[in-house]
Amino acid sequence: MSSSTTAPRPYMNPYLAGVGLGLVLLAAFVIAGRGLSAAGAPASVVSYLVNVVAPGHTVDNPFYQKYLSRASHPFKDWIFVEVLGVVIGGFLSGYLARRVTRTIERGPRITDQGRLILAFAGGMIMAFGAQIGRGCTSGQALTGGSLLNLGSWAFMLSVFAGGYGVAHLLRREWK
Amino acid sequence: MTAPFLTTGALSPSYDLLFAILIGIGFGFFLERAGFGSARKLVAQFYLTDLSVFKVMFTAIVTAMVGVIVLNRAGFLNIAEIPLVGTYVVPEIAGGLILGAGFVVGGYCPGTSVVAAATGKVDGMVYVGGLLAGMFVYAELSPLLTPFVNSTDLGQLTIPQYFNLPVLGVAAAVVAMAIGGFYGATMLERKFGNR
Repeated sequence: MSSSTTAPRPYMNPYLAGVGLGLVLLAAFVIAGRGLSAAGAPASVVSYLVNVVAPGHTVDNPFYQKYLSRASHPFKDWIFVEVLGVVIGGFLSGYLARRVTRTIERGPRITDQGRLILAFAGGMIMAFGAQIGRGCTSGQALTGGSLLNLGSWAFMLSVFAGGYGVAHLLRREWK
Repeated sequence: MTAPFLTTGALSPSYDLLFAILIGIGFGFFLERAGFGSARKLVAQFYLTDLSVFKVMFTAIVTAMVGVIVLNRAGFLNIAEIPLVGTYVVPEIAGGLILGAGFVVGGYCPGTSVVAAATGKVDGMVYVGGLLAGMFVYAELSPLLTPFVNSTDLGQLTIPQYFNLPVLGVAAAVVAMAIGGFYGATMLERKFGNR
């Protein structure tokens, strides 16, 4: 095995990738009349699982009812199926560029374990952000941004503000 | 107007999940192509060493925005059929700040974490676990949080509507802002990158 044939290929030019992403978003508008989303999928999965384990528990909770009424099963929920596509498309691109490797992404000054704890915590924080802000980087920033949605722009600027606000505090995780 | 195809009946609604998966494949493909399956690449945005997140996002926003405006004015795409997320000023700003902080803590946003997990990143898989756990905790607390989340409701509202400006003028300003931002981003990368 020579490294020249197994080395990961370089990433696509960001402007080219942006045009590709923008055309996928435009296709979603033109075909389905909706944008891209991601954070709705874990909400659907959790609602489904809680309903399987404790059906009585979901009855009085509008959160669970909202996601359960959208589809009887996560596999029939538009956003869940779209995110399943993200798994396939992401793997396909990574595989073609030899970027599928079992690794833990972290800075040089943090342990694997420390990084995984923060990854889990970040996911939890993100669930709250996406629910309180009515979407994530896909559903609000990308989709609403391109539709000139006022609230989406307020959200997007806040995402950058929040990220820059904590970056210095978290430099040991990444730098 | 013939589009959106699935709402006008130009395509049978029974195909909607087929298109959901195809659109998702395209979405995941370009996220990974851009390098967004890598937490270090994503988070570099916030340390000013690599501003690909800004460049990709704003190129995508401009591309889709211009496409929507052109297709709408050509009489092809009925934008009234594309629902807008309502504007709830205070919770959207609060949610954005929380999401931005969570982005740097976790290294991903929800969509990119799925790409990371699909390409073998263990931290991406753990992040998805955190996302599921967080959704459960949020769901349990939602009766307490919903009043705040539904506060400062302005309804479906666009920037041109709110400021009473022409759509083309706002769109031109977004394009100008993006181009200025790309120039600024490249300057910042030259200053802070490659260390």
